[in-house]
Amino acid sequence: MAEKVGVYVCHCGSNIAGKVDVEDVAKWAGEKVKDVAVSRDYKFMCSSLGQKLVEDDIREQGLTRVVVAACSPHLHEKTFRRACSNAGLNPYLMEMTNIREHCSWVHKDRAAATEKARSLVSASIERVKFQEPLEPMFVDVNRATLVIGGGIAGLQATLELADAGYPVYLVERQPSIGGHMAQFDKTFPTLDCSACILTPKMSEVGQHENVTLLTYAELEEVSGSVGNFKVRIRQKARHVVFDDCTGCGICVEKCPRKVLDTEFEAGMGNRKAIYMPFPQAVPRVPVIDTESCIWFERQKCRACEKLCPTNAIDFDQEDEMIEIEVGNIIMATGWDAFDTRKIPQYGYGRLANVYTSLEFERLCNAAGPTNGKIVLRDGKTEPKSVAIVHCVGSRDERHNPYCSGICCMASLKLGHLVLEKTDAEVYSFYIDMRTNQKNYEEFYQRLLGEGMRFVRGKVAEVTDAARKPSEQGKLIVQCEDTLVGRQQRFPVDMVILMGAIEPQVDAREMGLKCGISCSMEGWYTERHPKLDPVATMTDGIFVAGACQGPKDIPASVAQGAAAAARVAGMITKGKVMIEPIVASIDEEGCSGCRICNNLCPYNAIEYDAEAKVSRVITALCKGCGTCVSACPAGAIRGAHFSDRQIFAEIQGALWDAWQPRGGASEEAEAVPVSAP
Amino acid sequence: MVADTPSDNRSKFLRDVIADTPEGERIVHCLQCGSCGGSCPNGAEMNYTPRAVIAMIAADRREEVLTSNTMWQCVSCYFCTSRCPQDIPITEIMYALKRMSIREGKARKTDAPALAKTFTDLVEKYGRSFEFGIASRYLLFNRPMSMLKSSGMGMSMFAKGRLALTPTRIRQVKQLRAIINKARELSQHD
Amino acid sequence: MKYAYYPGCSLEAGSAAYDKSVRAVLEQLGVELDELDDWNCCGATEYFSQNELVATSVIARNLALVDGEHDQLVAPCAACFLNLKKTDKLLSEQPVMKGKVDEALAAGGLSYRPGRVRVRHLLDMLYTDIGQEAIRAKVVQPLNGLRVAPYYGCQIVRPLNGFDNPEYPMKMDEMFEWLGAEVVDYPVKAHCCGGHMTQISEPEAFELIRRLLQSADEYQADVILCMCPMCQLNLDAYQGRVNGHFGTSFKLPIVFFTQLLGVALGIEMKKLGFGKELVSAEPVIRSKLDGSSVGAAT
Repeated sequence: MAEKVGVYVCHCGSNIAGKVDVEDVAKWAGEKVKDVAVSRDYKFMCSSLGQKLVEDDIREQGLTRVVVAACSPHLHEKTFRRACSNAGLNPYLMEMTNIREHCSWVHKDRAAATEKARSLVSASIERVKFQEPLEPMFVDVNRATLVIGGGIAGLQATLELADAGYPVYLVERQPSIGGHMAQFDKTFPTLDCSACILTPKMSEVGQHENVTLLTYAELEEVSGSVGNFKVRIRQKARHVVFDDCTGCGICVEKCPRKVLDTEFEAGMGNRKAIYMPFPQAVPRVPVIDTESCIWFERQKCRACEKLCPTNAIDFDQEDEMIEIEVGNIIMATGWDAFDTRKIPQYGYGRLANVYTSLEFERLCNAAGPTNGKIVLRDGKTEPKSVAIVHCVGSRDERHNPYCSGICCMASLKLGHLVLEKTDAEVYSFYIDMRTNQKNYEEFYQRLLGEGMRFVRGKVAEVTDAARKPSEQGKLIVQCEDTLVGRQQRFPVDMVILMGAIEPQVDAREMGLKCGISCSMEGWYTERHPKLDPVATMTDGIFVAGACQGPKDIPASVAQGAAAAARVAGMITKGKVMIEPIVASIDEEGCSGCRICNNLCPYNAIEYDAEAKVSRVITALCKGCGTCVSACPAGAIRGAHFSDRQIFAEIQGALWDAWQPRGGASEEAEAVPVSAP
Repeated sequence: MVADTPSDNRSKFLRDVIADTPEGERIVHCLQCGSCGGSCPNGAEMNYTPRAVIAMIAADRREEVLTSNTMWQCVSCYFCTSRCPQDIPITEIMYALKRMSIREGKARKTDAPALAKTFTDLVEKYGRSFEFGIASRYLLFNRPMSMLKSSGMGMSMFAKGRLALTPTRIRQVKQLRAIINKARELSQHD
Repeated sequence: MKYAYYPGCSLEAGSAAYDKSVRAVLEQLGVELDELDDWNCCGATEYFSQNELVATSVIARNLALVDGEHDQLVAPCAACFLNLKKTDKLLSEQPVMKGKVDEALAAGGLSYRPGRVRVRHLLDMLYTDIGQEAIRAKVVQPLNGLRVAPYYGCQIVRPLNGFDNPEYPMKMDEMFEWLGAEVVDYPVKAHCCGGHMTQISEPEAFELIRRLLQSADEYQADVILCMCPMCQLNLDAYQGRVNGHFGTSFKLPIVFFTQLLGVALGIEMKKLGFGKELVSAEPVIRSKLDGSSVGAAT
């Protein structure tokens, strides 16, 4: 029996109609393409009136198939599936064709774009006729959530969920939670003490009954899918028995080996071989750094072991694998600092008094190595002039083309601290001042009033090559003052480089483990940049904070809370729909060769050794089609992507070549397609 | 929406500079950050910094740019190019401005075009260049006073055997000239 | 190893010491260097200031002259190196220009396929192809005690070098550490020597030269090592006039890096072109080094 197809071509205001003659496409489909019972164009198909058109036609005209030619299915496939359902048609008998992103937005020539739109519509008409009714499946959602990363975004997400009564696993690779925020002295624009507002959240997480805190631990592997992820976590050996340690700190105090702390102190201070990164660390359980511990180096010492009052030191401790099951995952893995050595003309590493912003944060932190005294590398001289260099590795095609977003405000904050704590002059070398959040511009105005000097020009170089006596012994910052239009040299005592905010070095690798993708730079890609900023294209995996793009504290907190809200919604609902677009194996045709078993990226195919056939575990299958194309016997079929559907779609796309004078479907029958 | 190429509303001067500079299209990405002006070893001597020149090109201020000394102060050190965060071939733009300035008869403030001409005339005559010929002719015709001042140094160079009085002539000067003449004929401007 | 060699005009007269020392050093290292037959001037920066197509065609003639026996062309001079490399790149990337250059070359009966010849700078070739081990094995007169300031200038390291950092190059520094010298890490080693400004506007040029001399002097260098004829000329021949202009008293010998490399390899100083520099280098070299082995290999 011939199908009755309804075709709906959307104008999308002028988004599509501006480049595609939608009326012509609809008219052509109605008149020239076989089996089309109704064909309409409409200003906004996604409006309730547009949806009603579809529903009414299904009911009144008895449509058996629907094609909607509009925007991306990412945006409105759900809308039109629902409309079909409402009118009693199985939602999988609707096909959406994208004539906006794939056509009107990328073409200039109206006639050619219209021709392409016809082709796309024709392809969908031919395909939809072979589509089959499918029934979605539902699985229960595990109430536990995994949060990866214990910086401010991860802490916020953890607390939101834990306070709502849901169990949370928080995994952090450092010995303590707290992230970069724990390193800062003050926060902009309010200048409240960073530790004062962060540590309450840290200890709350540390003591929360719903939180399982796994610090000094790394994500190893994620399997399963939304609602039911299985996660393997490597608990790195602390060499301190967690449950026995009271956090008294005697081991740290007595450890004879002092090493440069390149992590928390950014190289500005020392720590011991057994250490807690900072006094308010959570948990208060130290770790032994085996790279610098004397025992691990030459089997001597063991001072910590001898002096520990609870015998908590265990030199033989090994890494441990922990397996957990969670329903959802929130990635909050944060950012890394740009290596300022990559710009040698700024002298970092060569000129002593050139600092990175993180080094300077530690320098002016009251709990830092100088107790907050701003001094040069000699440890005693207070600078009389300080230059703050913006955009170091940001807005630069050679390094990172993007704006790091937070450095302008951070520069103002650092400038304020210098002015407050010293008598130094402060210069800020900027390209554009970007202060566009609540109370940020006011903070800029405040610093203008406080006497910070602003020079509009990207710094060309920082050098110690003096040209005149007044430059002797100084660092000279050379740039063009672009507002004056002249090259200038500024002799200063100290230079602070505002390095770019970069993705974590292993961001891409971590993303792969969870099945989410990164931008070119390495930021995690959100599901929609405006309307779905914390979800990803993988259901059940969410992102929060700077791992998704440079972000300041307020924005990271907002995202942490937003991701938690999305997860809470999933848990409350209790069940999650799984698309019935899965593979199935025809056991008659399966030779038991097992090629598909290893190829499946989701471990969704198991082998039945008795029956000597492979079987798909439907709950794990994502319908990617890898096995379908790999099966040498052609025994695997992907629902909603059968050979027959795909060949028909191709044939429809080539309608004019296939049959220059009219309807395509008679020929379609003659195409050698493998039977569904 | 995909942005259309804004080819029509750009200034005439900008279009000309882009056409005359390999990879010149990058110029429209200038952030006006001043890396070039800050890096230039001769930046302090320029009428306008390279950054300002780029802004002036976009603003169609042809006369001011082509009569300025900016491009003639360029020593082709490539610091601007190497440091430009937007990958703009600034040194090459300076060469393009030199060519336009000569072509349009606007290079008045400098002896550089004369030096360039002296140099290339010799190459076309002999196939190779030699310092003495360049220095003597160029200075004699353009800066006779300077010739007197540097004659002491010239004598020392001569004494050290470092000033050749006659150039080496290549065998295939005719072939070279044929290539040059053809290239000159093919270049749209000369 | 076999290379086509493009000495460039400066090495014929003004910088004969460079040519002499290049040939002597490479012979000592067993590298075959075949001078490109009938090469012509690269035009320095002067053709590009007048006519881009003529500039590239003149340079392309040299690339076209490299015979089938060679696929690498070594140039010691900065301007020559950059022009040859830049032209090869332009011809690869600018099809319209390539079409016209093809036509111009054809008028002289020549042709060139972009990318056929790999243009190398001498320093890159010595550092990368010959390498530390082979060079160290031939050192007979270590340069211990001699403070050298490697000077890279501009056009070898920018914009196309592909073998060293354009802002803070290190390859010559490393090479002279192999040879035992005390290498001075001074901040202006890749800054400009003034180029042709000495011919156009002396005050500006003198200032640029002074900055280099002053920095090397502050770092107590015994000698500045050059790898470009223009740099050597400006720093050496104009040193007296710079002193006159600023009332300074610099007396810094400026030599080509191959000259001092030759000393380390034990080649006689005379064969390396010493004595042609206006600020004499020989006294400081002989006094700092244990004179007995200088020139011992010959």
